[in-house]
Amino acid sequence: MQEFFEFFSFTDANIRYVTLGSVLLASSSAVVGCFTLLRKRALVGDAVAHAVLPGVCLAFILSGTKNPFVLLLGAFITGWISLVTIDFITSRSRIKEDTAIGLVLSVFFGIGILLLTAIQHSGNAAQSGLDKFLFGKAASLVGEDLIAFGVVAVLLLITTLLFYKELTLLCFDQAYAATIGFPVRALELLLTTLTVFAVVVGIQAVGVVLMAAMLITPAAAARFWTDRLGLMLVLAAIIGAFSGVAGAFVSYTAPAMPTGPWIVLIVSMIAIVSFAFAPNKGWVSRLLRKRRNKILILEENLLKLLYQLGEQKQELHTPHPLQEILQKRAIPRKQANTGLRRLSSQGYVEKTTAGWLLTGQGQRRGERVVRLHRLWELYLTQYLHLASDHVHEGAETIEHIITPELEQKLMEELGFPVLDPHSARIP
Amino acid sequence: MNAFWIILTGSLVATCCSLLGCYLILRRMAMVGDAISHAVLPGIVIAFLFTGSRESVPMLIGAGLLGVFTTFLIEFFHRYARVQADASIGVTFTWLFAIGIILISVFAGQVDLDQDCVLYGEIAYVPLDLWITEGGLSLGPRTLWTIGIVTVLIILFIVLGYKELFLTTFDPAYAAAIGISTSVWYYSLMTAVSLTTVASFESVGAILVVALLVAPPATAYLLTDNFKKMLLLSVMAGILASAAGYYLAVWIDGSIAGAIATVTGIEFMLAFLFSPSRGILLKRKQLKPTQH
Repeated sequence: MQEFFEFFSFTDANIRYVTLGSVLLASSSAVVGCFTLLRKRALVGDAVAHAVLPGVCLAFILSGTKNPFVLLLGAFITGWISLVTIDFITSRSRIKEDTAIGLVLSVFFGIGILLLTAIQHSGNAAQSGLDKFLFGKAASLVGEDLIAFGVVAVLLLITTLLFYKELTLLCFDQAYAATIGFPVRALELLLTTLTVFAVVVGIQAVGVVLMAAMLITPAAAARFWTDRLGLMLVLAAIIGAFSGVAGAFVSYTAPAMPTGPWIVLIVSMIAIVSFAFAPNKGWVSRLLRKRRNKILILEENLLKLLYQLGEQKQELHTPHPLQEILQKRAIPRKQANTGLRRLSSQGYVEKTTAGWLLTGQGQRRGERVVRLHRLWELYLTQYLHLASDHVHEGAETIEHIITPELEQKLMEELGFPVLDPHSARIP
Repeated sequence: MNAFWIILTGSLVATCCSLLGCYLILRRMAMVGDAISHAVLPGIVIAFLFTGSRESVPMLIGAGLLGVFTTFLIEFFHRYARVQADASIGVTFTWLFAIGIILISVFAGQVDLDQDCVLYGEIAYVPLDLWITEGGLSLGPRTLWTIGIVTVLIILFIVLGYKELFLTTFDPAYAAAIGISTSVWYYSLMTAVSLTTVASFESVGAILVVALLVAPPATAYLLTDNFKKMLLLSVMAGILASAAGYYLAVWIDGSIAGAIATVTGIEFMLAFLFSPSRGILLKRKQLKPTQH
């Protein structure tokens, strides 16, 4: 606990740097990641991340220093080459995109590992720390490194904001963007460049192997909370920044812990919780919605059955035993019982000794379902010229969905009909 | 002798990976293979913690289960939570891999694995860990036995299930129509990929397995239209890469696994440029007369 306060009071200058660094690195890659995710090219980021390694090693071999700007340049060049290679392979041969990504990713990474191990074995003392690129070093970012990567991260955010409209159009409607005269090719190039920069910068936080998570995961999580791009960018940035700080905190309290994997673990947990519980789009709310629909359909079917039974006898005020309802339509007995009990608590039916009876309210609702069913059957036969024995199934589904406005429209369109195609009266 | 053991191990790894990779790339699932190869890590670590040793069988089981779990999770996120397909792969494998790395750090004292080994393996150490019986008879490197058995299993799997795998890969609808369960064969294939990953893990590392899963099959795919030939060519490309990779690594004094991956890339590049039927340089020559 004491460590917690120590960390979050930010009195230690070092902690301030680390926190600021993690926030900038994680949020800038999250923002760019939103665009690559929406373009359905999320895994390309993974390839770029792996492809950065040989660039870093080559830059070190050629320059002999660990100057962050030199390493950045090397990383940038090979990252860029990897993206161009993927595009070239997919457009010039029958190799599919996923294979091309896997190929470029593993081969570039292999070359990187070969160079890295060769450097390590060469006995050059200056090389120590180069392997930090593999798993990140957010917690040990200080001085020169932090300034270099901080500057790039800020530039990245500013560029994204400046080209917000253009990038949005590129993601959602590339053809339209081309039609109204946007330089689509140049914009693609811009997004590619931004992606490579985001990767090069983000690698400082989580390393080569897990970089894909920093691009994909915050964006995928944010996507579940909103349909608006602006909000999605902000959310992704916040999620990324939060995990960055949390990762920095973990490595502050337990220096032996690898920062990168912790950042990724935290951001993944946020994403998985979002997948499961986000309102509207999450898995749970989808399940609930499905359940609600199922209940609604069961209830409406029961009311319809009771109404139809009454209709046959020209008498809506006699109760019908459950057996009779089930004879007309096979609903599992248990389901029918729960449905009827629920309806009676809502005041649509009443239980009497002789069976179930529709209340006035229930009569109106049952009547409406029957009306919609028959209207739809009539509509299908009159306007789509379907045979009258082919229309029942469709009507069975749509009777639960038609809104009052649509019902009104149907009535007008059909001229307030009296009989359905089976010559049953439309109530 | 050491060189022989290393190249032999590399060739066996390459054989398994290249065979399975053919199915993966034709099913457009190269990245799922990539994901599995990362995601088996926590399975390996957990098996390690339970048994306290590098026993092969528990590790194979642990990782096999995790491989299937990964595939299931990717499917689940995509189908039930409606996460975009590529994002679902990306989120799943980075998450599991991060857990694996954290487990390694937490139990650093008990687990004889390190982060670098996870990435590029220690194939150079293969000849050091010999399996010596109580009678003092040396049976060769231990890793070689594991990967050898897995290779036999994979070849059996492909030979016995050839028709089913072939049909579910090329025409899943027809396969389903004649009563072959596509999901059974899908998950079997994924289990095979996970087993291969674990067995290759110690020698080439989780990530370079991907190079052997993708590059040799992609090379073969550019050279032939016949599936059996593709399997064969792919294995040949893989074995060639392990041998050439070894000598490249010795020459540069770097990681052998990294060198093998580099060579698979060179092979692909050559096929891409000079394949008689599909190479971009030769194809252009063939097209010339028709341009008149």
